[in-house]
Amino acid sequence: MAPGAAGTAVSLAAAVRAGDLSATEVLEAHLASIEEREGEVHAFNLVVTEQARARASQIDDAVSAGNDPGPLAGVPVALKDNMCTRGIPTTCSSRILEGWHPPYDATVVTRLAEAGAVVVGKTNLDEFAMGSSTENSAFGPTRNPADPTRVPGGSSGGSAAAVAAGFVPIALGSDTGGSIRQPAALCGVVGAKPTYGAVSRYGLVAFASSLDQIGPFARTVADAAAVLDVISGHDPADSTSIPQDALDLASHLDAGVEGLRIGVVTELMGDGIAPDVRARVGEAADALERAGASVDEASVPAVTYGLSAYYLIAPAEASSNLARYDGVRYGLRADGATTGEMMEATRTAGFGDEVKRRIMLGTYALSAGYYDAYYGKALKVRTLIIADFAAAYDSHDLLLSPTSPTTAFALGDKVDDPLLMYMNDVCTIPSNLSGQPAISVPFGTGSDGLPVGVQVLAPALGETVMFRAAAVIEDAAP
Amino acid sequence: MSRSGGDGTGLVVSGSTGDAWELVIGLEVHCELATATKLFCACPNRFGDEPNTNVCPVCLGLPGSLPVLNKAAVELALRIGRALGCTVRPGVFARKNYFYPDMPKDYQISQYDQPTNVDGWLGLPDGSRVGIERAHIEEDTGKNTHAGDTGRIHGSDYSLIDYNRAGVPLVEIVGRPDIATGDQAKAFVSELRKILLATGASDAKMEEGSLRVDANVSVRRPGAGLGTRCEIKNLNSLRSLGRAIDHEARRQIELIEAGDRVTQQTRHWDEEGGCTRPGRSKEEAEDYRYFQEPDLVPLAPSAEWVKDIDEALPTLPAKRRSALGAAAGMADTHAGVVIAVDRDLDALGLAAIQAGGDPARVLTHIEHNLAVEGADALEPEKLADLVKLELEGKLTATQAKVVLAEMVATGTAPAEIAAARGFEAMATSALEATVDEVIGSEQAEWDELVRAPEDDKRIKKLNGFFTGKIMKASRGQADGKAVNALLVQRRSAARVERGLD
Repeated sequence: MAPGAAGTAVSLAAAVRAGDLSATEVLEAHLASIEEREGEVHAFNLVVTEQARARASQIDDAVSAGNDPGPLAGVPVALKDNMCTRGIPTTCSSRILEGWHPPYDATVVTRLAEAGAVVVGKTNLDEFAMGSSTENSAFGPTRNPADPTRVPGGSSGGSAAAVAAGFVPIALGSDTGGSIRQPAALCGVVGAKPTYGAVSRYGLVAFASSLDQIGPFARTVADAAAVLDVISGHDPADSTSIPQDALDLASHLDAGVEGLRIGVVTELMGDGIAPDVRARVGEAADALERAGASVDEASVPAVTYGLSAYYLIAPAEASSNLARYDGVRYGLRADGATTGEMMEATRTAGFGDEVKRRIMLGTYALSAGYYDAYYGKALKVRTLIIADFAAAYDSHDLLLSPTSPTTAFALGDKVDDPLLMYMNDVCTIPSNLSGQPAISVPFGTGSDGLPVGVQVLAPALGETVMFRAAAVIEDAAP
Repeated sequence: MSRSGGDGTGLVVSGSTGDAWELVIGLEVHCELATATKLFCACPNRFGDEPNTNVCPVCLGLPGSLPVLNKAAVELALRIGRALGCTVRPGVFARKNYFYPDMPKDYQISQYDQPTNVDGWLGLPDGSRVGIERAHIEEDTGKNTHAGDTGRIHGSDYSLIDYNRAGVPLVEIVGRPDIATGDQAKAFVSELRKILLATGASDAKMEEGSLRVDANVSVRRPGAGLGTRCEIKNLNSLRSLGRAIDHEARRQIELIEAGDRVTQQTRHWDEEGGCTRPGRSKEEAEDYRYFQEPDLVPLAPSAEWVKDIDEALPTLPAKRRSALGAAAGMADTHAGVVIAVDRDLDALGLAAIQAGGDPARVLTHIEHNLAVEGADALEPEKLADLVKLELEGKLTATQAKVVLAEMVATGTAPAEIAAARGFEAMATSALEATVDEVIGSEQAEWDELVRAPEDDKRIKKLNGFFTGKIMKASRGQADGKAVNALLVQRRSAARVERGLD
């Protein structure tokens, strides 16, 4: 890691605001890191070196002029390449968006800019965020910086790897079924999915609208909190955005867990979870107990159906969300004798196998005659999961579980077995279905020496308490 | 081969078999709401602009964009619903999924199983009621122009798409199949149009497409179950609607009488050919895969909002017609009554009648002499005064028309105008004297007129002769009708006197 690139976002911003470091110095240190290892990791689809330099220089001018560029002054940030950036290609790692330059910025991008952050690039992902390994990218896989023979997880594997490799201190990802938390766990960084509606989705290319949320990757819990404090808060451009002020997590981080009731989710500690991962979760629970929390087991029976419900609801919404990529208005257009044939040829050429699989699954689940049996039933399961979480939170402030059933697996290992791949998300999916927040905190390694993540789950809008527990776990991590 | 019954029963008699058939017609009407901006974004909702200028990431369905519901559109939709007597319920938006190039997202945001307005009705001028199943909110699509021979997407060389219309707010009003004739269908649309205009919900122009009507038509033998229906599209005028229904009914009757079956399908009305032609066939029928729109939250208008809508709702045309009809002692369907309401002159008419104006004459003026700018500013008392002057024989109909025009232009009282123009009173006694004077001086012609039998052609000619003389003698101030009445009276008196009758 290049000198200057090791700092946290919070410390870098403080140094830039104080005039101790220039944004340009900070950026150059990170660009040097990228230069050094990006060829191996392939975290980025695009690094916008020149735009980033221009932006860093603006920040420096602002500081020289005595202005405060904001809480993330001069902090380099990477964006998952499914967030719209004005004039900068946004590909979703799909061929179908070839050549498309969004004419607008996502709300999160605007808020990061207003906070003084410097966007350095767009990170790789499983095509349209569909996958758990970042192998489903049209531009090739991303590798895990902890072990380049392993996957970084997915779908926000590029953002997770960029933070883990020290390319940027913070990055944004999107989490539909675990796409922030699972790669965070596999790469050994912090990753948080906020409450549905806490962060605006405006400008996030939709995968499954009722599940998608944007959240941060960082190397520390405090950095993740700082990012969420900046990007959260009501946005009138997103009807599902919660009408409330931005979160204020940073000022409560040190409040500890004294007196909190924390339950380890029984159903997520069973046979499907690797023993070494389970052991780490147990140690994290012990650490919380030592810090003054009362820890016991909590049963959330319906979470065992989460995966099945998710793989109906998410593809159903995706089948509709991805209909617009038809070659008519933007992106790829393949030839066809008629409009219908053109659309078919475009979609055949433009989408990868996993995207096609999910579009077909979703189309089927919504079809007349099948809707009730599939999509309708999945919605009922979703209601059950919400009810079971509510019951668990009657007697608990927070829940605890593994983030991922295993540590990072080898590239190519699960790529031919979709069901095995889908199992990666068994611990993370329930929070998306319930719309509740969850965070993955690195906690030591597995028997293979690779990072393990512990997941803290909270009721809706319970981010403040959730981050307090995350900070305690972080402190206790081996 | 068949004629639609004008008796309102809707019975159609087949020309080839003489059998009676019933028509069952249900209309679906799309109206564009007259909002300043589109349903889910801030782009202008304006007809006729340069193509693709009123667009943004949201109405172009660009990746990452999200819809935000326009409150003004909901307000207008609620007005329509309440004006049609609908119940307002919490509504949920759904996605209707199908691929079509004029639809930016390849799905349409519409209300499906939980529409905002349900269970209303529309009263037709003939007294019948047509049920309204629902009036739901949805977004419009863009507009395709297909270049090439056919003008349709199939067989065209290329297509141009204008997305200015994409995302324009629509309310789709789904009528129940309570309509039995083409004339009733026309009356339904005409009445609905008046309501849309009265509530300010839509400019409701069929020719510009801001009011679009689809007709579901089926036929059956009286008393039989419902027949298979066809949906007719591309109806760009009331005339097309009536013609298309008549044609479609005949087509279906002929099919059935020939032993064939009606296939459920969408058919397009061909105005030039005067017939319907098949559109999308059943084999291509789409499964729209409706599901709740996750980008929008449910719409639950508060009871208070609905109450405000109700209170602000204008009096609707039907009610206004019956108010005026009752005051005038005439049927709601009387042409003067209907036209008065159409021209927003019913308040004037009502007030003029209440001020003592003769209803028939007041309505006659409104119907024939007040289709002019400024007519609504006319003071009702002055209109009543004018009508009184006419009734007293102080003004002829012709003079009254002249006076009225000046009243509208200047606001001056009718008596003043009449005086200034020298339209002075020609009292009945004075007229009688003039008539008798003329009769006395034209004895030969009078004698001929009196003696002529009732069916004699000379009567008309001689009447004209005397009328002309009398008008001349009165310097045009005599009322033609009064002159004629006096001549008739004098002639029959003379015939009785001479023992001819």
